[in-house]
Amino acid sequence: MSSVLLFSIIMLSLLGVVLAVILYLVAQKFKVFEDPRIDEVEAVLPGANCGGCGYPGCRGFADAFVKAEDVSSLFCPVGGNDTMNAAAAVMGKTVEAKDPEIAVVRCSGSPENRKRIVQYDGASSCKVATSLYSGDTGCQYGCLGLGDCVAVCKFDAIYIDPVTLLPVVSDEKCTACGACVKACPKFIIELRKKGPKSKRIFVSCINKDKGGVARKACQVACIGCGKCVKVCPHDAITLENNLAYIDFNKCKLCRKCVEECPTSAIQELNFPPRKPKVEAEAQVEKTE
Amino acid sequence: MNMLKTFSKGGVHPPENKISAGKSIEILPLPQKVSIPVSQHIGAPATVLVAKGDKVKVGQVIAQSAGFVSANIHSSVSGTVESIDTVLDSTGYKRQAVTITAEGDEWIESIDRSTELKKDIQLNAQDIIKRINESGIVGLGGATFPSHVKLSVPAGKKAEVLIINGVECEPYLTSDHRLMLEKGHEMMVGIQILMRALNVEKALIGIENNKPDAIKYLKSIAGEYKGVEVHGLKVKYPQGGEKQLIKALINREVPSGGLPIDIGAVVHNVGTAFAVYEAVQKNKPLFERVVTVTGKNLPKTANYMVRIGTSVAELIAAAGGLPEDTGKVVNGGPMMGKALTSTDVPVTKGTSGIIVFQSKESKRKADSVCIRCGKCVSVCPMGLEPYLLNRLSQRMMFENMEPEHVLDCMECGSCSFECPANLPLLDYIRLGKAEVNKIIRARKN
Amino acid sequence: MDKQVIVSPSPHVHSGESTSRLMFNVVLALMPAFAVSLYYFGVGALIVTLLAVGSCVIFEYLIQKFLMKGNPTITDGSAIVTGLLLAFNVPSNLPWHIVVIGSLVAIGVAKMSFGGLGSNPFNPALVGRVFMLISFPVQMTSWPLPVASRLQYLDAVTGPTPLAILKEGLKNGETISQMGDKIPSHMQMFMGLMGGSLGEIAAFALLIGFAWLLFTKVITWHIPVSIFTTIAVFTGILWMINPETNADPIFHLLTGGVMIGAIFMATDYVTSPMNPVGMWIFGIGIGLLTVIIRVWGAYPEGVSFAILIMNAFVPLLNRYVKPKRFGEEVKRNG
Repeated sequence: MSSVLLFSIIMLSLLGVVLAVILYLVAQKFKVFEDPRIDEVEAVLPGANCGGCGYPGCRGFADAFVKAEDVSSLFCPVGGNDTMNAAAAVMGKTVEAKDPEIAVVRCSGSPENRKRIVQYDGASSCKVATSLYSGDTGCQYGCLGLGDCVAVCKFDAIYIDPVTLLPVVSDEKCTACGACVKACPKFIIELRKKGPKSKRIFVSCINKDKGGVARKACQVACIGCGKCVKVCPHDAITLENNLAYIDFNKCKLCRKCVEECPTSAIQELNFPPRKPKVEAEAQVEKTE
Repeated sequence: MNMLKTFSKGGVHPPENKISAGKSIEILPLPQKVSIPVSQHIGAPATVLVAKGDKVKVGQVIAQSAGFVSANIHSSVSGTVESIDTVLDSTGYKRQAVTITAEGDEWIESIDRSTELKKDIQLNAQDIIKRINESGIVGLGGATFPSHVKLSVPAGKKAEVLIINGVECEPYLTSDHRLMLEKGHEMMVGIQILMRALNVEKALIGIENNKPDAIKYLKSIAGEYKGVEVHGLKVKYPQGGEKQLIKALINREVPSGGLPIDIGAVVHNVGTAFAVYEAVQKNKPLFERVVTVTGKNLPKTANYMVRIGTSVAELIAAAGGLPEDTGKVVNGGPMMGKALTSTDVPVTKGTSGIIVFQSKESKRKADSVCIRCGKCVSVCPMGLEPYLLNRLSQRMMFENMEPEHVLDCMECGSCSFECPANLPLLDYIRLGKAEVNKIIRARKN
Repeated sequence: MDKQVIVSPSPHVHSGESTSRLMFNVVLALMPAFAVSLYYFGVGALIVTLLAVGSCVIFEYLIQKFLMKGNPTITDGSAIVTGLLLAFNVPSNLPWHIVVIGSLVAIGVAKMSFGGLGSNPFNPALVGRVFMLISFPVQMTSWPLPVASRLQYLDAVTGPTPLAILKEGLKNGETISQMGDKIPSHMQMFMGLMGGSLGEIAAFALLIGFAWLLFTKVITWHIPVSIFTTIAVFTGILWMINPETNADPIFHLLTGGVMIGAIFMATDYVTSPMNPVGMWIFGIGIGLLTVIIRVWGAYPEGVSFAILIMNAFVPLLNRYVKPKRFGEEVKRNG
């Protein structure tokens, strides 16, 4: 072997060893002690770093979970009950099972139901449009269809239907992380209980105008007539500001309100079809 | 030849289109109904004083100023109050307004309806400010800031010069131009009233050089009014912005986050000066104003004297009606005005003009990508970087926008105007401003 | 209103400026230089230019449509400009396959892989040129003689550029007065009568292009003027110290890629700073680096490398050199 080659090999090897030793010493000196259980909890988490739990990323949640005295307020919506049980097992604690939630879009104002009166030509952002005017229809509370909710979803669980121009939430993919709820400038999206077999009932409207005004703008608006309140056997519906609201904790999915609503503002999802009736239109929306 | 003064940073040159410049002020026939919003100004909305069924006269206070930064609202017609309800107004939202069905044209007795010029100013500074407050006068240039607040110089600050904004830099608008030509003397007296209220010796009127007749006329009568100087300014948008006007006339810059009074200047629009004359000399509160109605396709363009609360639809009907080929109707100028969703909205104190655009002028061109040409930076009159603010806003990094001085943005629109890629820069910058203001409010709490 | 009106945020008018109009004006500004290159290099210039422009446009179209699966944006004219600038940086006898490879690198690597127009950190034409220079050094440094090579392409008679003559001469220990007639006169260099790449030889044609760009407000004067000033001052100082081993400033300004680099390459929107102070720093940096490479470096020409190195500093300049804000307080907190 030539002397140059030998010399290069020895020098580089020495350099490598010296640097490795320095790195090792530095790593030891500046080592931060962390409870190893944080790593274990992090390992059982989904790793989506979506922030749905309210903490910065899965590591943040694991850190909080290990350090907390009482973990009952902590919940990972993406992982759900299975993940929470696994995390609790690491700490030797138990957690209560929570009902899974899902994002619900409370507007049915498609162009068929809610006439467009002007053409919007600004930037494609619901927030921008909201700061400009009260919307391109007669209802100032309704969905603008520009997709701020779609843009923030990390799980590909929401999309704007090209015909109805309304957001559609996927039952399978939605993790109820709450990003779309925060993104909607009109507060149309709400996190509600997913329900057994994903069945749920909600008032698909947040219009607070008087009944006549609301109906004129949109055919399926809630007009605040109160018939649903009267017919509900479980006292689950309240009426405030010309708008009905169904408490999902009290609702027992009996569907009486859906039949009663004169404007079809109350929606039921994932129910089996009824025997056809004369007036009520029970549209079962199948999501993808 | 003297070089025309101008502001040094940024600016663009939109086509002027001053189609209605030669049309003298026409009084619009009385409307049958008016809807007067209770918030036509910056500050707290006024509190309604009347109730359904009440009879009111022209000039009567129907809603009262709700604090220091607020303004009185006066009825612009005589008749019966039909309703007090939320109506869609030119902001694009539904706001509370008093709707009055007009009957006759009876004014309150205290108003002096004579037309002769009254030069002698009887009131002292304090009473002038009080009268301006009672008359509901706000900045008629479009900002609608309550004038009495601007005239109440805070302790520790001193007004050195009064600046009068006769620039009207927005294309199409000509109401200020006509006011200067036809009510020049009244406006000058109004300026002297303002000078007395502020206790200043000097007033500078800035007028863009595309109104040579107004400059000539006002220069010829300025001799009669002590301390008033008239200056022609280079035509460049946004010369009419108060910060740019101050820079051009006295070469001082309003500090970032500060007010003109910090450097000794107070700026008022020519229309405001005229309204001050009417209020102080004729006891006439603010209930009508000159509105330009214009558009390339409109059968007739005009500058109407309109009663506040008149529906925009009536103005357009008087100008010959909405053309078949209408694409957009804008309240204000093309650079900063607001597109209307409906013409059934009322004229307010801040309505300087209504522009009707044809379809081919109305649609934005498709946007592409930012090519980092830097034109937005070179045209921004406030020295900001619109491309950066746009990018930050789109990525929702709002907290990073505050150190970039996004709150200095006056939304003049020069950046979007110039962008070769047709990017909606101002849309996102505006969003950023709103979000940064939210962050600041949350921080204070 | 019965017909639907349009509602959008302000402003409601637009200047009419567009990316394609800006690019078109750059192409127009390059036309005098193209005419001169046709006059001096004839056939070769035509072939190389058409090849470069054609391959740049085709590559951009193919990559955008099939790799990026988006809409091709070749109509904005930026690929045409890249092609032209690439062609103007190479000798007129460059074999076709090298031109095509250079175009592929310029468009595919330097532009598209970063996300397309607006996202590239380095000037694509220069990246293509430097790639070709390093990969094919012989073909990229054999310069056809002007006029003599008009009807020739691959078989053109070649000779060195004035900078190469200078470098070679100094290496052999000659002084500049000794090199004498080997170096063309100032007027000859101004009119383009010297060896060099297609676009860099004729200073007068490039200056006409500069005037057009300023007139149509495509570029501002800051970058080219700062580069010229820095090179003139720096080489002027060196020349005054020793006129026998350092050429005069006019020589340095007229030879090599200074003219085309300062006017067309350094002023590329995407890779240059966004405000005047940043532009000055950028220009001064390019000037300094160019002279350093020319005088003390191994290459006779340094403009391409100087511009690429300064391109790397542009994000830093944009971040820390901000335009003067209106009403800026004298005291600023970082």
